[in-house]
Amino acid sequence: MTTISQHFESLRQNNQRALIPFITAGDPDLDLTAEAIRVLDAGGADFIELGVPYSDPLADGPVIQAAATRALQQGTSLASILAMAQSLTRNLRSPLILFTYYNPILNLGIKIFLQQLVAAGIKGLVVPDLPVEEAGELLQQADAAGIEVILLVTPTSPKQRIEAIADRSRGFIYLVSVTGVTGMRSQIQTGVKDVITEIRSVTNKPIGVGFGISTPEHARQIIDWGADGVIVGSAFVQRLAEGTPYHRLRAVRDFCSELKTTIS
Amino acid sequence: MLVDTQSIQLSNPSLSQQPDSLGRFGQFGGKYVPETLMAALSELETALAKYRNEPLFQQQIQELLRNYVGRPTPLYYAERLSQYYARPDGTGPQIYLKREDLNHTGAHKINNALGQVLLAKRMGKQRIIAETGAGQHGVATATVCARFGLECVIYMGIHDMERQALNVFRMRLMGAEVRPVEAGTGTLKDATSEAIRDWVTNVETTHYILGSVAGPHPYPMMVRDFQAIIGQETRAQSQEQWGGLPDILLACVGGGSNAMGLFHDFINQPSVRLIGVEAAGEGVDTAKHAATLTKGRVGVLHGAMSYVLQDEEGQIVEAHSVSAGLDYPGVGPEHSYLQVSERAEYYSVTDQQALAAFQLLSQLEGIIPALETSHAIAYLETLCPQLTGSPRIIICCSGRGDKDVQTVAKFLNAS
Repeated sequence: MTTISQHFESLRQNNQRALIPFITAGDPDLDLTAEAIRVLDAGGADFIELGVPYSDPLADGPVIQAAATRALQQGTSLASILAMAQSLTRNLRSPLILFTYYNPILNLGIKIFLQQLVAAGIKGLVVPDLPVEEAGELLQQADAAGIEVILLVTPTSPKQRIEAIADRSRGFIYLVSVTGVTGMRSQIQTGVKDVITEIRSVTNKPIGVGFGISTPEHARQIIDWGADGVIVGSAFVQRLAEGTPYHRLRAVRDFCSELKTTIS
Repeated sequence: MLVDTQSIQLSNPSLSQQPDSLGRFGQFGGKYVPETLMAALSELETALAKYRNEPLFQQQIQELLRNYVGRPTPLYYAERLSQYYARPDGTGPQIYLKREDLNHTGAHKINNALGQVLLAKRMGKQRIIAETGAGQHGVATATVCARFGLECVIYMGIHDMERQALNVFRMRLMGAEVRPVEAGTGTLKDATSEAIRDWVTNVETTHYILGSVAGPHPYPMMVRDFQAIIGQETRAQSQEQWGGLPDILLACVGGGSNAMGLFHDFINQPSVRLIGVEAAGEGVDTAKHAATLTKGRVGVLHGAMSYVLQDEEGQIVEAHSVSAGLDYPGVGPEHSYLQVSERAEYYSVTDQQALAAFQLLSQLEGIIPALETSHAIAYLETLCPQLTGSPRIIICCSGRGDKDVQTVAKFLNAS
């Protein structure tokens, strides 16, 4: 399968924008997570971001916090998530991106962790509590292992930091659209447009915008402002959290295709 | 006795142990936070560097420490406690208490809250947030916010709100909003996570007054430096009372701010033994304890690399202690460094041992210590029989125990 950079490049050549859904692994259980990944992959997703549930998710709002708590209560472990991913990735069109806080990586050891990602067919990695200053060792080893580490830019990042982050980030630049944690918002901050422009001025790497994007209108707005992709998390996690398995998957499928249509 | 705090503050700058530019003490510390906070941490570092040695800032803080907080706090010779641990021939350790419990608001926490609120004022922040476990840091923060007319929001676990109800009332009385945190076990870890989320969201208008020597750089260094007045006074008072240094410093460690405050001025004084006492809860071999340095492994929690209580998956586990202020699965990074470099020693005592010490100090000295402080006192049971001669032990009496009387009463009735 292609790398994130390559996949983004081919989308660009076809004048396509990327839809990047996020779901929390293990909520309500890993079987349904696997089903949801298949549904998203078939339903218009271009990349899929898979969240590893964590006990202290500092960057997450109530929806993803609650999903993580439920997933951990189910006994979801990193090993079981990667085993599930490994069984899927061969047949997926969309590269998988793992989203995890840093402590589980440190606990396993960076090298072993990266080997396991490669074995599972995971292509990218987002670590929300690892700013560029602390990421040196992970970035170096990930480059060697062929895992693309996507770094985050926020509305509070000064220009110098944006340059450093854009330089070190692989795959794309993850622009956080809000000064805040993940979670659905009623509107998006207009300042996002300026940050997109600012990132554009320092790099040709693709820009994916996430946090707080919860409706097709938001997604459209972000694309109109010049982003290459949108990341939608809590709104998917919320849809997976309620109802029968059938209803959950149908809600995910419908929302995914609605988003994809809107940004195409 | 009057100690000139101003001259102490400026003495021996070469003794300071400073973290490197990334905020590391050896491998510990750093800044493991969402990108959103990085600019605010830089802003804080800049402000700290600018004001820490500015005469006007120093003058204001010294004046408030003296006239508002009530410093210097006494170094008190605990005569009957010393007699209690004396050998049959009458010799034995000489035990002193550094009376941080006599500070305004009843604990050492005000030293740091005051310093940080003055910094926040200079940085133009109008809104203050803080986490609290026992409520002492929350009360200290609410106090300085009332004093300076700033909006104040305190995050506190629901379990802690119940066992520290008196402090919840005090915070609200002084105009703070106390926000209950239901996540996890509803204790200090969860309150800290929620405070960090608030800061991520409101970082442009808000200063986060973190209460311990934990969190991302520059917090461990900054909080230590605001608490270092404890050790600086102790040094001057030791000189004045017996013309020398203490032999052993003893303090409880949750995050570890009172211990760092006491230790800091003596780090480069190898003759002085530094001992930190953690909470063993129901025992370090049970699942219910908070003995991070004894039983934890290196990890990242709340922005810093340090020892952390975690499971085999790297998930942070819930701590347990009868004392809400020690009920925390992390510890300040400098303590991890002091342990690894063998400059300081760390031990633990159980809930039961702390409860016994709580009563012992009340009965022998007429001083009701906080349950946190009681852990340090309880370690005398182990320490004193190991000592020869008459070494001088100084215990940081970090807080008073009024807030704990209901908790203790419940335990005494149950047993």
